[in-house]
Amino acid sequence: MAKITLSNLKHSYMPNPKGAEDYALKEIDLDWEDGGAYALLGPSGCGKSTLLNIISGLLTPSEGKILFDDRDVTDLPPDQRNIAQVFQFPVIYDTMTVRENLAFPLRNRKVPEARIAERVADIAAMLEVQEMLDVRASHLSPDNKQKISMGRGLVRDDVNVVMFDEPLTVIDPHLKWKLRSKLKELHQRVRATMIYVTHDQTEALTFADQVVVMQDGEVVQIGTPVELFERPQHTFVGHFIGSPGMNVLPVSENGGRVTFEGHSVALEGAVSGQGGSTELGIRPEFVSIADAGLEARVRKVSDVGRHSVVEAMVGDTAVKAIIEGAAPEQGAAVHLNFAQAQTRLYRDGWIATEVSP
Amino acid sequence: MKTENPKAWFFVLPVLLLVAFNALVPIMTVVNYSVQETFGNNVFFWQGLDWFEQILRSERFHAALGRQFLFTFLILIIEVPLGVIIALSMPRKGMWVPVCLVLMALPMLIPWNVVGAMWNIFTLPNIGLLGYFLNDVLGISYDMTQDPFAAWVTIITMDVWHWTSLVVLLSYAGLVSIPDAYYQAAKIDGASPWKVFRYIQLPKMKTVLTIAILLRFMDSFNIYTEPFVLTGGGPGNSTTLLSIDLVKIALGQFDLGPAAAMSLIYFAITLLVSWLFYTLMTKDDGQ
Repeated sequence: MAKITLSNLKHSYMPNPKGAEDYALKEIDLDWEDGGAYALLGPSGCGKSTLLNIISGLLTPSEGKILFDDRDVTDLPPDQRNIAQVFQFPVIYDTMTVRENLAFPLRNRKVPEARIAERVADIAAMLEVQEMLDVRASHLSPDNKQKISMGRGLVRDDVNVVMFDEPLTVIDPHLKWKLRSKLKELHQRVRATMIYVTHDQTEALTFADQVVVMQDGEVVQIGTPVELFERPQHTFVGHFIGSPGMNVLPVSENGGRVTFEGHSVALEGAVSGQGGSTELGIRPEFVSIADAGLEARVRKVSDVGRHSVVEAMVGDTAVKAIIEGAAPEQGAAVHLNFAQAQTRLYRDGWIATEVSP
Repeated sequence: MKTENPKAWFFVLPVLLLVAFNALVPIMTVVNYSVQETFGNNVFFWQGLDWFEQILRSERFHAALGRQFLFTFLILIIEVPLGVIIALSMPRKGMWVPVCLVLMALPMLIPWNVVGAMWNIFTLPNIGLLGYFLNDVLGISYDMTQDPFAAWVTIITMDVWHWTSLVVLLSYAGLVSIPDAYYQAAKIDGASPWKVFRYIQLPKMKTVLTIAILLRFMDSFNIYTEPFVLTGGGPGNSTTLLSIDLVKIALGQFDLGPAAAMSLIYFAITLLVSWLFYTLMTKDDGQ
C-alpha cells in the first residue's frame, strides 16, 4: 500500500499537442492518501479513464510524474507497479474455474501454492463466492463475474491501489446496490487505497470518502460528498451533483450588490473579486415557496415521490425548487424565497462569496 | 402457444422446391443407382447391397480412403497452426490492416482449376520456375510427374498456399473481437505472452477455429479439381484421392452402380467425421 502522488501530469493522445484543447488531461496535481477511498467523478470524456490508465501504467503520460510513496513509477509497466484494476466489463478467464481465476495473479508471480490456497480462501469468503469456486467462470452471472474480477485485484495482499473503472455498468440495477455496499465493506476490511471511476454521482457519493470531480481534463473540486453538495466550488460541480442540480442563474453584480431579474438578492457573505460574468448558485433544496419574495409563475410540477420538483419562471429565468408536501398548481403565481446562507455568487464559474464568520 | 399461419408455406415452398431439385432428387437417383446394375438401354437389374459390399472390401477403395485421410490430416496440421500464427502476427490497427487482409484474401479468389494449372506450370521440372530452380540451380532432384513423394509435397504445398488464408481470416476475426480490457487485465495480472494466448486468445478464437477446421476438413476431404489438374492422380495412383477415384469409376469405367455406392459411403464418412468433430468441440458450451 502506498501514497500516490501525481505531479504536473498532462496527457495528450496526439503526437504533437499544441493548444490546451489538444490535451485530454490538462494539468493534474493530486495526492491520494494511503488507504483512502476515492471516487473520480465526471461526465463521459472528461479524462477520468485516461487518468486511471496513467496510474495503472497502461498509458504513459505526455508530461509529469507519478510517485508511489515518493518512488517514481512513471516508466514502469503495469505488472511492476503492483496495482489492480477492475474494468467496466467483467474480465474473467473463461476456460478457468473461479478458483483458478482468483489464483492466476499469484501463480504468475510464483507465490507458493500453500499461500495461494490461503489467499484464495480468504478472498472467496470475503466476496461470498465459496460455493462456486469449482465452477467454470464462463458460467457465472455478470455480477458474479464482476465479483471475481474484483477478487483477482484483491487477492494480492501487497497491492498499492485497486482501481475500478465504472465497474457496475453491466450489473442489474437491483444488484448494483448490493455490490456497492460490498465494495465499501471490502475497503473497510482490506484498507487498500481504492480509486473508483464513475459518471454516476450516487455511486461516487456512497463509495468514497473523498470525491474528485473532473471536467474537460481538469480537476474542478476535491472534497467529501457533503462538501461537494453544500459548497460547490464551481457551477459545474453544483450542476453535476444533485438531482436536480443547482440552480445557476444569470445575475448582474455591482460592488457586492447582486440583482436577479430586477430584484436584489441577499448572499451568504461578502463578494470577492470583480468583473467577469456572474451567476447566482442555489440548490433547489434551499428554494422555498413563501408569502412574500420573488414573484414567479409555476411552469411545471413533477412529482418524484417523496417530494415535488417545481419549476417556476422568474421573469425569463426558470428556477427549480424542491417542495415537500402540497405543491402549487401549474400556472399559479407564487413567491420564491432563497435561503440566504445557501445563496452564493459565482464569477466566471468559480465561487466568489466568502462565508461570513 | 401454437400459432399457425398458412402464409408461411408461401415463403417456404420455393426453398423446398429448390432443395428438392438440387439435392434430394439427385441423391435419391444416386441411391437408386447404388442398388441396381445396368447394361445400358435404361434396363436395370436389382442388385441389393452388393455394390456396397464390393466397395467396402475393395483394396482400391481402402487405398484411396487412406490417401484421402492422410492428405486431409497433413493439410489440417499445417494450415491450422500456421493460420493462427499468421493471424497473431498481423497488425490489429493502422494502415497495414487492409493491405494484409487483401494479400491474405488473394489466393482464395483464384478459381480451383487455375490454381491447379498455375502450380503445374510452376513446378514442372526444367521449365517451371520452381522446378527449374530446384533441379538446375540447387541440384535437388525434384520431379512431381515421376516421384510420388515430390507429387505429395506439391499438392500439400498448393493446398496450404490456397487455403491457409481462410484459417488466417477467421482467426483474425476472432482476435480483433477481443476487447482491450482483456489484454490490460492480463498485463496487470502479470501473465506471460504464452498465458495470454492460452487463456485469452485461444478460448476467444475457439468458435471461429471450430468453423475453420470444419470447413477445411470438408473442403479438403472432397477436393477434386486442383490435384486433378496438377497431377491427374499420378504418378501411378499415388495422388489418387477419393474424389478422383470416384470420377474414374463413374465416368471413366462407367460403373454407375459401384460409383453410386462409393459416393454414398464417401458422403456418410464426411458427415460422420464433421458431426463427431463439431459435437466434441461444442459439448462443454451448453452446460
